[in-house]
Amino acid sequence: MNIDSHIKSVEAPFLRTDLPSFGPGDTVRVYVRVREGEKERIQAFEGVILRRRKAGLGSTFTVRKVSYGVGVERTFPLHSPMIERIERQRAGRVRRAKLYYLRERRGKAARIREKRTR
Amino acid sequence: MQIGIGLLGRKVGMTQVFDEAGRAIPVTVVQAGPCTIVQKKTVDKDGYEAVQVGYLPAKPKRVSKPLGGHFGKVNVAPMRHLQEMRLHSAAEYQTGQTLTVDLFAPGEEVVVTGTSKGRGFQGGVKRWGYRGGAKSHGSMFHRAPGSIGASSFPSKVFKGHRMPGRMGGVRVTVRGLHIVQSDPGRNLLLIRGAVPGPQGRLLAVRKTGKGTPVESQPGATDEKAANAKGERG
Repeated sequence: MNIDSHIKSVEAPFLRTDLPSFGPGDTVRVYVRVREGEKERIQAFEGVILRRRKAGLGSTFTVRKVSYGVGVERTFPLHSPMIERIERQRAGRVRRAKLYYLRERRGKAARIREKRTR
Repeated sequence: MQIGIGLLGRKVGMTQVFDEAGRAIPVTVVQAGPCTIVQKKTVDKDGYEAVQVGYLPAKPKRVSKPLGGHFGKVNVAPMRHLQEMRLHSAAEYQTGQTLTVDLFAPGEEVVVTGTSKGRGFQGGVKRWGYRGGAKSHGSMFHRAPGSIGASSFPSKVFKGHRMPGRMGGVRVTVRGLHIVQSDPGRNLLLIRGAVPGPQGRLLAVRKTGKGTPVESQPGATDEKAANAKGERG
């Protein structure tokens, strides 16, 4: 067996196949497991996908939302067991892969057109 | 000197896995063993206790006749790599015995020895961490090594002074690494952290007899995490 397939075989049991497909511009709701002492609860984080980073098991995605007028960005490891589930709320139509330009925009200017499915 | 039995193996590469608490753990994948014990060294005969382990089968015609005899004597197939592992006592091992990754348990501490990546001829900044000078603002001193022996005193360069030169490609031992997982089916070890050398490099992974078994780990680390949170809040 070649070297790369060994890495893949190690990563395989950790890869999650239960998540929906989503991309930059989409609005998603991420249900995160939060541990507070002994108790564990689920917290939702809803916002726009700013970027996705593809790196096998190390893949991540960044969600941006504006909370009480403050921009909040959170980067999640895509395959993390701390993610309970992801709901895709809205498919956005965008023309680039990394939506960093959203950081300089707020309100109406930060809107994203909805993707029309044919 | 490192004392403890271990395996020879090859570095496969790095990735990450998630633990029970959902944390990402950086791991190096090492394909180790199976290794065969080719020779035992004893105090009576050799003045010290050790076993010589062999790794990876070699074609008989690739092995020199004297070495072939060395393998033939103990009726072991020729191996590409041989290395001694010093022990307190070699009595519990037999020649011809096979060692695999089930030697290691998750949570166990190991040391890994290998040859680091060769960096070629490097300057003082990369090789010794010299700070160098400013890149701009009129500075004419960038990455040069600077003064090496002053003037009238000491008027010489001290021996061993850190100078530019060949970097890397030397034997490096990393201590205090921990086994995350061992996979006897594929002869793979997952070791937390980084290990010397490029992918495919020959490595020796040896037991230290230290480290806590994995059962007692999650509780301990969770407590620590909870404490850290409490302090912040």
